[in-house]
Amino acid sequence: MLSLALRRIAVAVPTLLVIITLSFALQRLAPGGPFDQEQTLPPAVRANLDRVYGLDRPLVVQFARYCGALAHGDFGPSLRQRDFTVAELIGQGLPLSATLGLAALLLAILVGIPAGIAAALARGGGTDHALTALATLGIALPTFVTGPALALLFGLHLHWLPVAGWERGAPRYLVLPVVTLALPVAAYLARLTRASLLEVLRANYVRSARARGLGARQVLWHHALRPALLPAVSYLGPAVAFVLTGSLVIETVFGLPGSGRYLVQGAIDRDYPLVMGMIIVYAALTLACNLAADLLYGWLDPGARHE
Amino acid sequence: MSETAAPTRGLWRHAAGRLRGQRAARVALVLLAAVTLLALLAPAASPWGYDSLDWRHLAQPPGLTAAHWFGTDRLGRDLFVRTLHGVRLSLLISLLASALSVGIGVAWGAVAGFVGGRTEEAMMRFVDVLYSLPYLFFVIILSAVIGRGSIAVLLLAIGAVGWLTTARIVHGQTLQLKRRQFIEAARATGLTTAAILTRHVVPNLAGTVVVYAALTVPQMILFESFLSFLGLGVQEPHASLGNLINAGAQEMESAPWMLLVPAAFLVLLLTCLNLLGDGLRDALDPRDH
Repeated sequence: MLSLALRRIAVAVPTLLVIITLSFALQRLAPGGPFDQEQTLPPAVRANLDRVYGLDRPLVVQFARYCGALAHGDFGPSLRQRDFTVAELIGQGLPLSATLGLAALLLAILVGIPAGIAAALARGGGTDHALTALATLGIALPTFVTGPALALLFGLHLHWLPVAGWERGAPRYLVLPVVTLALPVAAYLARLTRASLLEVLRANYVRSARARGLGARQVLWHHALRPALLPAVSYLGPAVAFVLTGSLVIETVFGLPGSGRYLVQGAIDRDYPLVMGMIIVYAALTLACNLAADLLYGWLDPGARHE
Repeated sequence: MSETAAPTRGLWRHAAGRLRGQRAARVALVLLAAVTLLALLAPAASPWGYDSLDWRHLAQPPGLTAAHWFGTDRLGRDLFVRTLHGVRLSLLISLLASALSVGIGVAWGAVAGFVGGRTEEAMMRFVDVLYSLPYLFFVIILSAVIGRGSIAVLLLAIGAVGWLTTARIVHGQTLQLKRRQFIEAARATGLTTAAILTRHVVPNLAGTVVVYAALTVPQMILFESFLSFLGLGVQEPHASLGNLINAGAQEMESAPWMLLVPAAFLVLLLTCLNLLGDGLRDALDPRDH
């Protein structure tokens, strides 16, 4: 297990370095800067601005400075949101985004996997067909369609839940965003679990377990379930990435002040430090979650520890 | 399986027959053809342009007898024409972006798989690195970097990140192909690596590539709408399904049709393309037959 963890970390760290370099290079090579606006600035003002933010130095120096600052958790000042550093903006938005993402993942696991098991056990029956149809729909519909549609139905027509907004973390405001974000992940998990459980139930060792006289319940819990869950576990890494990108849409649709909106606004404003900081934080989060998913997989499947 | 250098015509004829045998794929194909035709013809046939304003019918709800079938938005622009305009733009961008990303993916995967050694290691490790990250982030960076609004840029940004899955699959297939006898025979006759790749390896990948190309198109439509929804893609006054849905979501309290019409078209398009892709996969996958 320890060697698996070390091997994964040995891949994750260079990946993060590549991301840092890549996003730095891409943004600095781009045409158009944060001070390009409708009104042209006087050259002297422009030169002063460039000097304050270090934009007049060679690229290598800028990169070295940036990496040095990163090591201290300093992402630099935001170029467009005056008076805020990038770290402050991320600090403001991230708790909400993390809550949203974690709640959605948890909900997706709690709904998707049991639904997949139920569909597999009821194979060919009405429950199976209904669940499979629901899963297909859930995978096909993008979040920027389901989000507004759910808000229209439950918010505007039925008045059960608030349409959008955020009042100091009242749970009512999080219901629709979390459900919207969880829906496609739950649908995908259900489909994966159903397919793999059906395959496992046909395996020889399950048949011999039945032949030994074990009941259906015991065969399921002690023999079939653990290997059947492996595909779902290996999907958790991509699921985290999906939830992170999904949160950009969800926060826009439901007007939540999370960090995803800063990323979108930063990209529109060409606020380099903000976009880079966000991408690096999100990449680090994704890599950490992938690492956790890999370790979980190694724990469930001893064979995967020595590939 | 026969050891021929290129897929025989029989494979494709069989596949076409199997595809016709699937009801879901058939319905999807017909619907898709109808929507495409409508998107190509209707905007030209309608008296309204995608950006022409009708001051007498502002925010008009849809109705078959109304001047505007699908209603209008707050500026009096015809939603029928705008939605179909968006469908056309989405289809155009996604087809070109798919071609781009499948092209990169096939080249990358085939070269990595066939050349082998350290080159393969480096190329596939690069794919792994990009794969472990949410690749829409790269689209966001790219569209922020190169600027918004230009459709060519949008196309490049989307096409440049969608090739990872194709590269992985082509890589795996190439590794299998490499060991086959006809490749060895080609090498024995003195063909160069480039010639073997283009004449023997890539044609044999055609079945797999067609399936993944078909499944890439809906994904590209999603990317495009996603970016346009966030305001990073197609910009007003041009219409794309993404920015129409965004505009509709903001007006859904007073004009729900503005959300529902483009959303319905997007879902229809995605469902049809996915069904068609699944149908193609079943038709071309010899394992099930």
